[in-house]
Amino acid sequence: MMQTVKMVVTGPFNSGKTEFIQTVSEIDVVSTERKITAEAEKIKESTTVAMDFGRITVDDELVLYLFGTPGQKRFDFMWEILSEGMLGFIVMVDSTRPETFREARTILETFRAYAPTPYVVAANKQDKPDAWDVEDMRIALRLDKNIPLLPAVARDKESVKTVLIELLQIIMREISK
Amino acid sequence: MALKGNLRDFTITQLLNLVNLAKKTGTLVVESASQAARITFREGKLAYAEISNEDSRLGAILHKANVLTPAQYRTISQRAGNISDKELGLLLINSGHVTQRDVITSLQNHFLDILQRLFNWDEGQFYFNNGEALPPDRIPIRMDLENIIIEGSRRLREWEQLQDELPNLDLALKFTDRPGVNIQKLNMSVEEWKVVSYINPKNSIRQIAKASRMSDLEIRRVVYSLLQAGLVELVRPEGIEQSLPGLEQTLAGKSKEEQKNLVNRLIGRIRSL
Repeated sequence: MMQTVKMVVTGPFNSGKTEFIQTVSEIDVVSTERKITAEAEKIKESTTVAMDFGRITVDDELVLYLFGTPGQKRFDFMWEILSEGMLGFIVMVDSTRPETFREARTILETFRAYAPTPYVVAANKQDKPDAWDVEDMRIALRLDKNIPLLPAVARDKESVKTVLIELLQIIMREISK
Repeated sequence: MALKGNLRDFTITQLLNLVNLAKKTGTLVVESASQAARITFREGKLAYAEISNEDSRLGAILHKANVLTPAQYRTISQRAGNISDKELGLLLINSGHVTQRDVITSLQNHFLDILQRLFNWDEGQFYFNNGEALPPDRIPIRMDLENIIIEGSRRLREWEQLQDELPNLDLALKFTDRPGVNIQKLNMSVEEWKVVSYINPKNSIRQIAKASRMSDLEIRRVVYSLLQAGLVELVRPEGIEQSLPGLEQTLAGKSKEEQKNLVNRLIGRIRSL
């Protein structure tokens, strides 16, 4: 019987969730993108209003789905729905936009409240010249030193793999307890 | 890497904390609409500060601190020319007009005053120039940031506590059903009355703030006091408190070995991508 497991990729608007999933998904990411109308959210032309949906087939019996949450706050009612039954989650943070750090922190706390599953924080866009140093971000995000905060570049496959494997290793440690 | 942003999102207290913890050396430049401040740090300690439109030379600082008389300050301003602060300080100390302690204390107080004013800036672009030293003619001090941060933290703590109490401004308020409470007899501030006049389950706190022209901090203060007084309650969206199953429940029905096997297969597959 085919078994499916899922992980959720969350984070503030334009933090790179869609790109992260696209980089490793074996199918074209099913995303529902719409033109943005809100003035404050004109950073990119379109945004994910429902969800991204990527797939990695492990073998004949196991499939991993990656779900991205909608970036805009008015769709946060979807978070809880998407979180149900996840193995773990990844909080994407745009390293070049400190104005989103507080929101990232809130999202992290919300998800942690929804489901006590393992998680990692990915400091995305570390290849950009404006990127904050990861350890500066840890202080800014008020992340305890035992919370994994990983430098990441969502369009780089190796980087995405590292983040996913780190999360899976944390899940493994949880299971082994 | 770049350390820049806006005080709207990252406060002075947080910046000082970062500089302190990371023991940074360099100059923090903060620019508001009308002023710009430059704060220099050495190994995480305050070394120097200046703000635009204000004379930050030693003579002016000592005069402001009443260490120099107006006549002495005038003489220095008119005759000292381009003498550096270091030279001026030595001359004044050697001539017995001031003590070294006078100089250090006056500089410390002046720099602290600038920093304390910065705490009141809630908006302004900032950037940190790594390694940038203070102007060479100025006198550096070496001041721990902890006490400065504690003062700033008091303000930040209030903000954070209020955020914890009221994390979601999209919630609405409604009056509690408390028999015997006549709201008209309560002693409330103008701000509290403004908010009370808008209380309705249809109005979100954010909308009330907008209508009454209050900042997030101000509306949180008022709503928090109303909540503490038991006059109002938050109307939460249905289901928001419902918690979802954790990892154990997600993998329920499998033995530990099966769970580990599943995760190992996932790891193996991702490695092979």
